[in-house]
Amino acid sequence: MVASPIRSSKDFWTGTIYVTIGSGAILIALVEDYGIGTAVKMGPAYFPMLLSSLLILIGLISLVRSFITPGTAIGAFTVKGLLLVLVPIFLFGLLVRKTGLIVVLPMLVIVSSYASREFRWGPVLALAAGLTAFCALVFLKGLGVPLPILGSWLGD
Amino acid sequence: MELLTNLGIGLSVALTPANLMYCLVGVFLGTLIGVLPGLGPTATISMLLPITFVLPPVSALIMLAGIYYGSQYGGSTTSILVNLPGEAASVVTTLDGYQMALQGRAGVALATAAIASFFAGTVSTMLLALFAPPLAEIALKFGPADYFSLMVLGLVASVVLAHGSLLHAIGMVVLGLLLGLIGSDVTSGGQRFTFGLPQLADGIGFVVVAMGMFGVSEIIRNLEAGQSRSGLVTEKITHLMPSREDWKRMIKPILRGTALGSALGILPGSGSILGSFAAYSLEKKISKYSHQFGKGAIEGVAAPEAANNAGAQTSFIPMLTLGIPSNPVMALMVGAMIIQGIQPGPSVITEQPALFWGIIVSMWIGNLFLVILNLPMIGLWVRIIMVPYQFLYPAILSFCAIGVFSLNNSEFDIFLMALFGLLGYVLSKLDCEPAPMLLAFILGPLMEEYLRRAMLLSRGDPMVFLRRPISATLLLIALLSLLLVFIPTFSKTREEAFVDEG
Repeated sequence: MVASPIRSSKDFWTGTIYVTIGSGAILIALVEDYGIGTAVKMGPAYFPMLLSSLLILIGLISLVRSFITPGTAIGAFTVKGLLLVLVPIFLFGLLVRKTGLIVVLPMLVIVSSYASREFRWGPVLALAAGLTAFCALVFLKGLGVPLPILGSWLGD
Repeated sequence: MELLTNLGIGLSVALTPANLMYCLVGVFLGTLIGVLPGLGPTATISMLLPITFVLPPVSALIMLAGIYYGSQYGGSTTSILVNLPGEAASVVTTLDGYQMALQGRAGVALATAAIASFFAGTVSTMLLALFAPPLAEIALKFGPADYFSLMVLGLVASVVLAHGSLLHAIGMVVLGLLLGLIGSDVTSGGQRFTFGLPQLADGIGFVVVAMGMFGVSEIIRNLEAGQSRSGLVTEKITHLMPSREDWKRMIKPILRGTALGSALGILPGSGSILGSFAAYSLEKKISKYSHQFGKGAIEGVAAPEAANNAGAQTSFIPMLTLGIPSNPVMALMVGAMIIQGIQPGPSVITEQPALFWGIIVSMWIGNLFLVILNLPMIGLWVRIIMVPYQFLYPAILSFCAIGVFSLNNSEFDIFLMALFGLLGYVLSKLDCEPAPMLLAFILGPLMEEYLRRAMLLSRGDPMVFLRRPISATLLLIALLSLLLVFIPTFSKTREEAFVDEG
């Protein structure tokens, strides 16, 4: 990173994200042929194209600026925190109908708790049990959210 | 006289036992979640929103409004007791409120916040009742071009108030507008940017975005910060009642805070944040105790708390009269109204007077509940604040996962929430604020619709936005507020105002 010409990595990456999303949107609109129409009778692609172009422009300005104006460095990413929070949410969605709340909710609580520095098995297990009972009673029984307590895999 | 009749309608709606109860439950739940450190009104409302779907429209909105000011008041409690503001608007309360708590005057600080909030809430609710109907009448004269320009103004204001780079904030707005367009195109009925996924045909739910970007990504960020909470004032809270001297010192700041907060709350894009900052700086300038500010001056709690709550009430004005949300919380309210089958806009007052006046009256009742509920129950709130974060966030994640599923009974929304959690985390690392994006996300489809209509009416001539007086004025205000950022003294205060916001 010593000889990097990028003076503000925040500007650089924000610019990259904006340009990528903007070009992606334009590409999709063109490939799927939404139809631009005219200013009087705007087609489905008119406003998105306008916005995407604006986003690309903003991204480009940010990219240019990243080589000129120095900025603060991007803070470290917590990969552990990201994975331990996002993966169990994803698994929750994937498995909830198959295993039911009784499996996925304790999984979500235990795995996400593991991201904390103060993780201890005893309290976390108690929390998992308590929250599962609470959610089953309040959301499933009380508010009628159509999620199974025992899923299809567990033969309910 | 008409006002009295209208308030009568409102009273008859708000005073039914069921609605009184929903208001009370809303205020209670809002405070309960709002006192939890790091959870502001936006996260609280998006988490509790699914609960209200089963209620009839009036009750749902009464409860949501209760949740809103409950969570805001809960945030002040946390600011005073643990120095951890739940949202930008209560940042200033930490400055003197926490100092008062350290000096053993936590009870007085909490009571001052409650009194200031109640007074400001009462006055601004009256303002709302007085000014909303004539404003709605003006709003009926708004053409598509005027609506479009108003939304531009709202988005510009949210950009100006966002901290960090102006360029990135504008980018976030454009990104939000673009994300809002995912789903079916209203005019042609065709699918846009759905990647062939049938779950995206109706677009992305705004609650999904809010929970992901405010709930999930916030948790990941807090985990990284390691959440130190040594600052809690644990002693038992006694002496709630302010002394005669305290009363004398707080009256004028409360009045000034109420006036400032009410006025600034109406501005689209601002809500209660601007008011509380402005009220604090004003008091610091003119108070004869200005040397005590930052060291536990009671004025430094009274004025911003009054402004905060006044702004929270008056920010309902653009939402109820124009159907334009002025901040993420109001965006959630608009979403809730649409889910309930009500199209927010100037016609709500005339077509649904019971709903409109019922909500207004219930706001005042809600503020009354806040005072009655909060001061005696302060012991309970203190105990909730003390729940360690490592037990709190798994619970929040569980509620978010189940809550977001219940919106459409779809697992897909859970995946999307995780995705927006990731996006929110990455963007926060890049100093891009989520609030302007969420506002733009809600406004995206509306803006496209009004742009289409305006251009159709003007036969494709974009000058229509400058030729119509209302539209031209709104765009001029937008331009001026954008230019404000480039004035050195303003941009310096803008930086300072957000410096504590960590």
